[in-house]
Amino acid sequence: AKKFKTLEWCTLDFDRRVDSRTIYVGHRPCPANEVFIPPKFCDNRIVSSKYTVWNFLPKNLFEQFRRIANFYFLIIFLVQVRVSTFCCTKQCYSDFDILPQGYEDWLRHKADNEVNKYRVTVLEDGRRIQKESEKIKVGDVLEVDEDETFPCDLILLQSSRDDGTCFVTTASLDGESNHKTHYTVPDTERDVESLNATIECEQPQPDLYKFVGRMHIYKNNEEPTLRSLGPENLLLKGATLKNTQSICGVAVYTGMETKMALNYQGKSQKRSVVEKSINAFLLVYLCILVSKALVCTTLKYVWQSKPGQDEPWYNEKTLKEKETNRYLNMFTDFLSFMVLFNFIIPVSMYVTVEMQKFLGSFFISWDKDFFDSEIEEGALVNTSDLNEELGQVEYVFTDKTGTLTQNNMEFIECCIDGHQYKYRDASSEVDGFCVTDGPMNTVQQKAGRVSVEREELFLRALCLCHTVQVKESTEQGQDGQVVPPLQEQRGFIASSPDEIALVQGAMRYGFTFLGLESKTMKILNRTNDVEMYELLHVLNFDPVRRRMSVIVRSISGETLLFCKGADSSIFPRVKQEEVEKIRMHVERNATDGYRTLCVAYKHLTPEEYDQVDSGLREARLALQDREEKLMAVYNQVETGMNLIGATAVEDRLQEEAAETMEALQGAGIKVWVLTGDKMETAKSTCYACRLFKRNTELLELTVRTLEYPGKRREDRLHDLLLEYHKKTVQDAPPAKTRVASQDFGFIVDGATLSMVLNSSSENNLHDYKDLFLQICQNCTSVLCCRMAPLQKAQIVKMVKNSKGSPITLSVGDGANDVSMILEAHVGIGIKGKEGRQAVRNSDYAIPKLKHLKKLLLAHGHLYYVRIAHLVQYFFYKNLCFILPQFLYQFFCGCSQQPLYDAAYLTMYNICFTSMPILAYSLFEQHISIEMLLENATLYRQIGKNAMLRWGPFLYWTLLGVFHGLVFFFGVWFLFSNPALQDNGQAFGNWSYGTIVFTILVFTVTLKLALDTRHWTWINHFVIWGSLAFYVFFSFFWGGVIWPFLRQQRLYFVFANMLSSVSAWLVIIVLILLSLLPEILYVVLRKPRGPYARQVVL
Amino acid sequence: MVKQESESANRPDNTAFTQQRLPAWQPILSAGIVIPGFVLIGLAFIGIGVALLVTSRSIQVLELDYTGDGNGSPCSSCSQSTTVNCKCSLNFTLDTLFQGPVFFYYGLSNYFQNYRRYGASKDDNQLYGDLSYFTSPSSSCSPYDYDGSKNPIVPCGSIANSMFNDTFTLTRTVSGKTDSVPLDGKGIAWWTDYNVKYRNPSVTPLKNAFNGTVKPIDWAKPAYELDTSDASNNGFVNQDFLVWMRRAALPNFRKLYRRIDASGDYQNGLPAGNYTIDITYNYPVRVFNGAKKVVFSNVSWMGGKNEFLGIAYLVIGSLCVVMSVVMLIVYAKFKFPDEE
Repeated sequence: AKKFKTLEWCTLDFDRRVDSRTIYVGHRPCPANEVFIPPKFCDNRIVSSKYTVWNFLPKNLFEQFRRIANFYFLIIFLVQVRVSTFCCTKQCYSDFDILPQGYEDWLRHKADNEVNKYRVTVLEDGRRIQKESEKIKVGDVLEVDEDETFPCDLILLQSSRDDGTCFVTTASLDGESNHKTHYTVPDTERDVESLNATIECEQPQPDLYKFVGRMHIYKNNEEPTLRSLGPENLLLKGATLKNTQSICGVAVYTGMETKMALNYQGKSQKRSVVEKSINAFLLVYLCILVSKALVCTTLKYVWQSKPGQDEPWYNEKTLKEKETNRYLNMFTDFLSFMVLFNFIIPVSMYVTVEMQKFLGSFFISWDKDFFDSEIEEGALVNTSDLNEELGQVEYVFTDKTGTLTQNNMEFIECCIDGHQYKYRDASSEVDGFCVTDGPMNTVQQKAGRVSVEREELFLRALCLCHTVQVKESTEQGQDGQVVPPLQEQRGFIASSPDEIALVQGAMRYGFTFLGLESKTMKILNRTNDVEMYELLHVLNFDPVRRRMSVIVRSISGETLLFCKGADSSIFPRVKQEEVEKIRMHVERNATDGYRTLCVAYKHLTPEEYDQVDSGLREARLALQDREEKLMAVYNQVETGMNLIGATAVEDRLQEEAAETMEALQGAGIKVWVLTGDKMETAKSTCYACRLFKRNTELLELTVRTLEYPGKRREDRLHDLLLEYHKKTVQDAPPAKTRVASQDFGFIVDGATLSMVLNSSSENNLHDYKDLFLQICQNCTSVLCCRMAPLQKAQIVKMVKNSKGSPITLSVGDGANDVSMILEAHVGIGIKGKEGRQAVRNSDYAIPKLKHLKKLLLAHGHLYYVRIAHLVQYFFYKNLCFILPQFLYQFFCGCSQQPLYDAAYLTMYNICFTSMPILAYSLFEQHISIEMLLENATLYRQIGKNAMLRWGPFLYWTLLGVFHGLVFFFGVWFLFSNPALQDNGQAFGNWSYGTIVFTILVFTVTLKLALDTRHWTWINHFVIWGSLAFYVFFSFFWGGVIWPFLRQQRLYFVFANMLSSVSAWLVIIVLILLSLLPEILYVVLRKPRGPYARQVVL
Repeated sequence: MVKQESESANRPDNTAFTQQRLPAWQPILSAGIVIPGFVLIGLAFIGIGVALLVTSRSIQVLELDYTGDGNGSPCSSCSQSTTVNCKCSLNFTLDTLFQGPVFFYYGLSNYFQNYRRYGASKDDNQLYGDLSYFTSPSSSCSPYDYDGSKNPIVPCGSIANSMFNDTFTLTRTVSGKTDSVPLDGKGIAWWTDYNVKYRNPSVTPLKNAFNGTVKPIDWAKPAYELDTSDASNNGFVNQDFLVWMRRAALPNFRKLYRRIDASGDYQNGLPAGNYTIDITYNYPVRVFNGAKKVVFSNVSWMGGKNEFLGIAYLVIGSLCVVMSVVMLIVYAKFKFPDEE
């Protein structure tokens, strides 16, 4: 990335204009007055790997040390190099950490190389040259064949198709599998080899759908012609050429500057709440460690100050020790104690946690319940870091369209001039059209149908006003003989499913869209005649305007503008007398949960059209503010239209959407719906999903409720906020009894929300934001409608940063949900129909909303319990491991004498006790999955990080202390007479340590066995296997004189220990004593355990 | 990893493992199991505890301090003087037979054999009989690696240098006649130490192996002359040396000195009578406030006398029984809610 920056600076030097770059097509100097200086751009290498061979070690180490823990490990490692007692341990751990990262990076390198070494064809001086992809330079003219992916961002110059178009699919970029049409730059199609042109375009930016540029074409000293370039001329790296034999294009952005590469970066790392707890616990243990070392150092010097103790005759110091400065000695003593006790910090926990997360996440992708046979895919895990966060969710933010609803649109009814038409069954009615209940409005008593012309106009509008393509496979044979296509066979492709629904709706009523061929739209009308319309302009849909238009010219020369869009954006732009007839239908449809669109049209006089045409062309050529200029022209055209009718499209609820929502609410999760849709539609969806129930009192804070006669909107907002606050917060009964009390639902819309969010500075009485948040938090469900994507993220952020920092989860399926998916603690993408953007940016992706229930209630719950237990257990087992070593210092003159042999110190965490807890943390099901799914309330038990709060931590710590004390002093009492063998021989210090260690390993493992509620064969194997391994290892380690060891400390110590009956007896009794409280706790806790609670609730 | 991805793209495997449905044993510690279990364990423990306590009580121990702190004590003169091989003697009377086999220990207190620097101060390679380490002892032995004139010390290090060098003889006075009690110094060290871990260099005579080396500073005799009576008990495999080299765990410890040879009058142990221990007093302990003692003890199957184990078993056994009673009461009140 750094390289890219510096190069960019170079280009800036060459280029006087900061925000654009100039490209010489084919590197040919231009006859323009400027001197040709070949500008430097970055090469076409893609580097997704993080490290190179050279910087791997320093860079990786630097990244590792950003965690406190790792920094601590470095310090300890350095100290150990000096003390050199157990270096190898730490080496192992750092290797553990580094190796997988190195491996992953190596894979990335391999993938990069595959892309970078790909052979491409470059046209150079009229010859075709094969080059490696990474050697492409900006300005090169490339040839790409069918089904190849574009090696960099290209401007399309020439296509093998006659009409100067080519088709691409961007499936690998945004998941949209439909074919998109791209256009060549006019006037360049014929002769690419001799083309003399420069391209001026903006600096690279990540938005896939935006591109602004222009091309100067020089021809034989003529005045250069200017062509505007837009996204329709730009072929993106990563997209694939389809249905086109070959194209030629000039590279404009290469390598890390391509839109794909720019999009690839910048996904921030999310950290889970468990990790925060670990850090807090780590700090506590660091304090314990430091204080232990301090206590021992102090005691050592106190002890030494007593006469005769500092240097008894049998233990003289060396000359060097005598000469060293006393304070330096103290310091090195302190460091030695740190090294001796540093095993209290569970280094291996980090490795185990990583492994647990990595392996554990496979259970999500393996789960066959998440498999959706429709899309042939299961769940996808993008980050395994957040598994446990799934068990901690307090707020769910969900998108409506495509998430709560299927985004599978079906044309339900339409309304033409106030008459409602409902489609029932095509076969029962001759024309497929039937009038159900006539005019809705009692004032308009004209019974019967509206004129056929209006009907047909309406249907033509539906057929023409869209950007739908006909799937090529079902292409018509010859233009002359039109075979009436079967409805089912006809395939349409569009970016929005609404459009397909509308086109299909029109088809049912006899108007079939046949396709677009070289700017001509063909429609098969009711009388099986083909109507041709010349498509003049498409005024694209965008979420701000919330409408789209087409301008077409019919065979008869009439120029027509058809417009469809949301009622709120259409009504102000049509003649007002027509509105009332339609409004009622629209509102009724909206409350039924249908998506409504209004259709309007307008005749354009030739003069008007010329004006529009030139306006549009001008705006499209603009290099700067093109969007704004286009918008201005659009808004100017789309006025004074005639409203024809409205359509209602049903977006059915996702399978089990209501059950899922109910389960989430039962689990104590608050569900907020954030949608860009209309309030009425969204509200009815909420009712359908049982987020709002019949007895839910709805509090509305929308533009409508703010309109209150005689009051400014700000004042009204203030009043309403206070009123709702009083209702929900102040008057609410205390939290305990709230289950039975009134449910509140809160509805807010985007406009009001921005008022709330932006008002805090003006208002000095109340912070609206706080009031608003409090109201929201006291409502069972909140519905936010008319949200812009950014507002969704704002809401998530507001809740995320509120008091108690609750864990948030966002679920969505479309590009407009990406911002909130990225913002929330956990982002879930639905593998829906609106492309793959949400899935790519999510942490987990599931095929359907209903899978959320199992993901949270079962997987999340289990992962949380597993990892929480893992963390606590690790701290516990290291505490009771090191405590005896600490206590031993009081009996060895605080001389840093280790209690255990170095092999035991090293192996304890690596081999003897790590596998059982790993198995536990992968397979434990303290409550069965079925039970978890049935009783959503179980989820509440682990809410608010229940198992990693200070209470449980204290419990585990005390348990560790208790065990440590029992181990050490039990054996200490035994050693009051060290003659423990029946042959009168005495045991020494290593026997002492080995007895303590044996008790330790068995107790710690059996403690885990007591906690295990779900014994699979793996648990059995690993728990009993570890113990057997310990015994085997001890025999082996003590049975051989190891040539590489300087001291054979443990030689036959273990075997000798086992030959002593007393040692056996003390091991048994101390293990039982240590586990006794635990057994009692388990037994006595039972009546109040989780099962009992289910019965009570 | 690539493989995993391609798998997840297809239908997931429907195996018990991937679906987290492995058959599992789900133990529930219910009262029906725990209460009888506790009673059984408790009773067993009480039984073991009683056995241990009875055994421990039956072990006879005789401890005699001979540091010579007080003026009245027999070795006070020796403790104050610095004479080599200062002699003093302790008298004691046994009224009854001291049941055999009897073990003779010496004990030291406030002596930190578990001091880290002390414990590291030896060279296992040297003690394994490797001649190359005779001339260049490990630096861990410092300051007992070379003497003042740079001659290597063998065996080097603090532990060897500070080897306990008081010696004892035991005599019995029967009707005016003194009879020396036979002491057996064999098999007082670990078998593996004697046979494997410590070895003399395979040089005969042993003395030649020590050419060019000096004896530890505080030793009276070189290592190859530790036992003049038994040539095979010299060098690094000398039993007393081996016992000393196995470091004690705690600052108050006892080490095995001899066994009473079960022969003749002493077949069944030490018979009643008046005994005298003649001590060659060399080892200074008063400088670090230490104490020295001799201990006679017999052992049982559980080793030496140790009441702790018996008490621990009794306490925990009765605790288990009490707990089971408490649990029984608790469950009786709740009517065994999970038994239904």
